[in-house]
Amino acid sequence: MSGTLEFERHDAEAVNSAKLRQPLYAARKKIFPKRANGSFRNFKWLVMAITLGIYYLTPWIRWDRGPHAPDQAVLVDIANRRFYFFFIEIWPQEFFLVAGLLVMAGLGLFLITSTVGRAWCGYTCPQTVWVDLFLVVERAIEGDRNARIRLDQAPWTARKVALRTAKHAIWIAIAVATGGAWIFYFSDAPYLVMDFVTGQAAPVAYMTVAVLTATTYVFGGLMREQVCTYMCPWPRIQAAMLDEHSLTVTYNDWRGEPRSRHAKKAAAAGKPVGDCVDCNACVVVCPMGIDIRDGQQLECITCALCIDACNGVMDKLGRERGLISYTTLADYNSNMALATGDGAHEIRPSLVRDATGRMSDAVSHFHLRKLFRPRTFIYFGGWALVGLLLIYGLVSRDRLEMNVLHDRNPQYVVLSDGSIRNGYTVKLLNKIPEQRTVTVSLGELPGATMNVLGLDHEEGSAITVTLEPDRARSLKVYVRQPREDAKSPGKAQRLVFHVEDKSSLDSADYVTSFETPE
Amino acid sequence: MSHKEIDEISGVATTGHEWDGIRELDNPMPRWWLWTFYATIVWALVYTIAYPAWPLVSSATSGMLGWSSRADLRTELASAEAAKGDYVAAIEKASVEEILADDTLRQFAISAGSAAFKVNCVQCHGSGAAGSPGYPNLNDDEWLWGGSPEDIRTTIAHGIRFAGDEDTRISEMPAYGDILSREEIADVVKHVVALSGGGDLSGPGAEVFANNCAACHGEAGKGGAEFGAPDLTDAIWLYGSSPAEITAQVRQPRHGVMPAWQARLGETTVKELTVYVHSLGGGR
Repeated sequence: MSGTLEFERHDAEAVNSAKLRQPLYAARKKIFPKRANGSFRNFKWLVMAITLGIYYLTPWIRWDRGPHAPDQAVLVDIANRRFYFFFIEIWPQEFFLVAGLLVMAGLGLFLITSTVGRAWCGYTCPQTVWVDLFLVVERAIEGDRNARIRLDQAPWTARKVALRTAKHAIWIAIAVATGGAWIFYFSDAPYLVMDFVTGQAAPVAYMTVAVLTATTYVFGGLMREQVCTYMCPWPRIQAAMLDEHSLTVTYNDWRGEPRSRHAKKAAAAGKPVGDCVDCNACVVVCPMGIDIRDGQQLECITCALCIDACNGVMDKLGRERGLISYTTLADYNSNMALATGDGAHEIRPSLVRDATGRMSDAVSHFHLRKLFRPRTFIYFGGWALVGLLLIYGLVSRDRLEMNVLHDRNPQYVVLSDGSIRNGYTVKLLNKIPEQRTVTVSLGELPGATMNVLGLDHEEGSAITVTLEPDRARSLKVYVRQPREDAKSPGKAQRLVFHVEDKSSLDSADYVTSFETPE
Repeated sequence: MSHKEIDEISGVATTGHEWDGIRELDNPMPRWWLWTFYATIVWALVYTIAYPAWPLVSSATSGMLGWSSRADLRTELASAEAAKGDYVAAIEKASVEEILADDTLRQFAISAGSAAFKVNCVQCHGSGAAGSPGYPNLNDDEWLWGGSPEDIRTTIAHGIRFAGDEDTRISEMPAYGDILSREEIADVVKHVVALSGGGDLSGPGAEVFANNCAACHGEAGKGGAEFGAPDLTDAIWLYGSSPAEITAQVRQPRHGVMPAWQARLGETTVKELTVYVHSLGGGR
């Protein structure tokens, strides 16, 4: 242990600590999180940069699809009912692919939660990322925790008004940019931005921006941790996802307790002394206003900033890091048993570390092989299976499709020469952004010829039609069979429509029936 | 209650009610809930002033904004009419042939004609226009009065044997039960059956047919659209194809009547109906 204790001890209490557990109808107590420094904080900066970068920049990526389709890489074209994602174009009837992605996201969330706990909440959830961003603004303008507390309690001076106005103005600017970026996913971004600033965009664009601006500002700036604690269902669900081998942010009281503000005196008096010096560094950095030393709790989003804060103090004290750490319940229980002699007595830190602060070899640490357990295999297996099915669905889907509707009223018509006619609505779907010429032909029905309404062509068993790029075309087709070719009067015969694009070898068949009178 | 009873555990006042030793805490309502509740009251007041709401003796207050569901409906109907306006104007000007030649106009006319058909024509011709005995099937390629677009338009506009229209199509087959003998009728029925079925045409019926029927139905029995005389050689029989049914039709013919629609529906709707009927598959 070093002689000089240079760490700062905070006179703070977590606003949501177990001791002060607030009733739900009480007014919110403000939380002023202090800036943390350390590897988890750096990792969070990186995640924030990546996630915000993806969100704001994606609509501006261009992707050339030729003259008949938009060149925006990611576009949800609601007006034309198309969804573009780089090289993939999805029609409404293929939307199950997106549903599959959502299933993967769900299973992925289970997998992540069962291994590294609420990593989603702590690092990538938009609420966390935007609150973090709003806090950066708040710190830049009003200062760190103590300065903000002072400012909050100070009377309304011109300086306070100026600082607060600046903060909220920047927050609203960020909120507008957030709502603004959202609409670019639904329309061509460069045109929309011009239309938007000149007041030419659709009312729904302004409404969307207004609503998302409001939610971003209110959730990220004003409500913050209350969104997680009161509005979000995930903190409630996650308990079912965690097991004793899941990593969670844990205060290791088996080495921290009994905590002491006067460790030397206590040690001199012969009392057991834990590693926790009760400096409250973990409390003041917490954006959720909790005290991690109360144990695992619903409010904890596992952002790990308390780990950074505590590690900084441990470094200064010359003690081993990890008083607060990512730990599994199994390791924690085993170490707790070690420190308490299987519950026989109070925690005795001397049982887990020697006088120099070195941890005993009997202390359990997390090992990577704990990731490989039946639960994670099942989640990963389900996740991978859905993924493979989606890839298969994507690769094997047809780019030329045909649907045939048989007229039901009348089912057949007898013509003057005695031949029988059935009507069909044939829908041809050209799912590529290029014009193509396809041949529609009849099969399996003896003697069948066809005639397409509004198309100037010879009656025959095949016709050639042009399909516009990325469009569906509907044809009214009358199929005719001479009476002598009808094998079993009164019964439906098999009729196959076949469509083929000779240049791409895309083809499709549709089996339907041909009705004849008795 | 003069004094408040405080619950020891929670430190909250109770309501003073007690059921089997269970007392109810008098916690305040959550503030967000209260404010939402007050907001709904304010909203309700504003709403009932702005919109029709308060019942009076024979009507209700009409509201400050002057909104009414009928006015909404009128606006929507007007905008729907306006949206169709260009097409309707184009159809008004164009002939049926011109409509048929134009893809967009044809599509529009088929939709509009289909709607008009469902209201005015299905009672006799059926919802699929397949007709029934005595009512022609409009899907097939046999046309009593001609299947060209202009023929169909004339038939719809002026009707058939319709007393209220001077230009109506008119023809009448004599009742041969009063003119021919039973044997002659039996012979001619055999001849007519043979005409469509491909039988012996040299029987005694041939002469009866030539003397009595050929004037309208033609020497070969091919009929004629100018008289509305059906083609007797084809597979389509309006009143049935059995010898008994044909005999009945020769002895005491039935004649269909169709109303003239131009006066009731107007020229534009008649054109749309024409395009629809022509598109059913048998149009010439």
